[in-house]
Amino acid sequence: MTTINLPTILRQHTGGAKKITASGRTVGEVFAAIGSEYPKLGEQLTSPDGGLPIFVNVFLDDEDIRYLDGLDTVVDENADITILPAVAGGR
Amino acid sequence: MTVRLAAGTRQQMLQHAYDCHPEEACGLLAGPVDGDVQRVFPTTNILHSSTNYTIDPKQHLAAIRAADQEGFEIVGVFHSHPHTVGYPSVTDVTLAPDPTWLYVLVGMEEYGSPTVRAFRISDGVITEEELEFEESMT
Repeated sequence: MTTINLPTILRQHTGGAKKITASGRTVGEVFAAIGSEYPKLGEQLTSPDGGLPIFVNVFLDDEDIRYLDGLDTVVDENADITILPAVAGGR
Repeated sequence: MTVRLAAGTRQQMLQHAYDCHPEEACGLLAGPVDGDVQRVFPTTNILHSSTNYTIDPKQHLAAIRAADQEGFEIVGVFHSHPHTVGYPSVTDVTLAPDPTWLYVLVGMEEYGSPTVRAFRISDGVITEEELEFEESMT
């Protein structure tokens, strides 16, 4: 099982849980498993085109999956996934 | 509601704002959820822009881990407006990621007299919070 660390904004979809676990061979499969158990959370992790939403950053241990293979990045079951909201603004 | 910020946090935010000027400075705030702000994590604005900012995601991850070691959460974000008032812009409101977060603005319209103000942003509604900075013991 892979541990997924959630930011405060997404914990409303997990009953307040800060960490959840899910199984999958890739990040995309892990997210599909999350979506089965927590549908509202799953919606936040997938864009309409099936990719990663632009305002979500996902780290597999210390690496941003956008610089790996995105949702196809292979997940070791001992790895940690951390989901972060993109933090941005401007004048 | 008054939000308390630990000693030194105001100075850290102002210093980062001056260090990054004329670009927008940004960083994250940590503390207990629904509690005081205990830590400031200055971060890199990866846009290096005077009108927009995006926090370096890797530094965001590092801040989360550092906060977690102390039992804290990321509870807010600060950024500077290098040439304008410290009030959330339309872009700030549109991109605000979390309604529970505190949004601190360093306004540098008057370069030598910066302001530090804080807001909640929920469903597009901006609510200003009163800030109370703890005195340094040193």
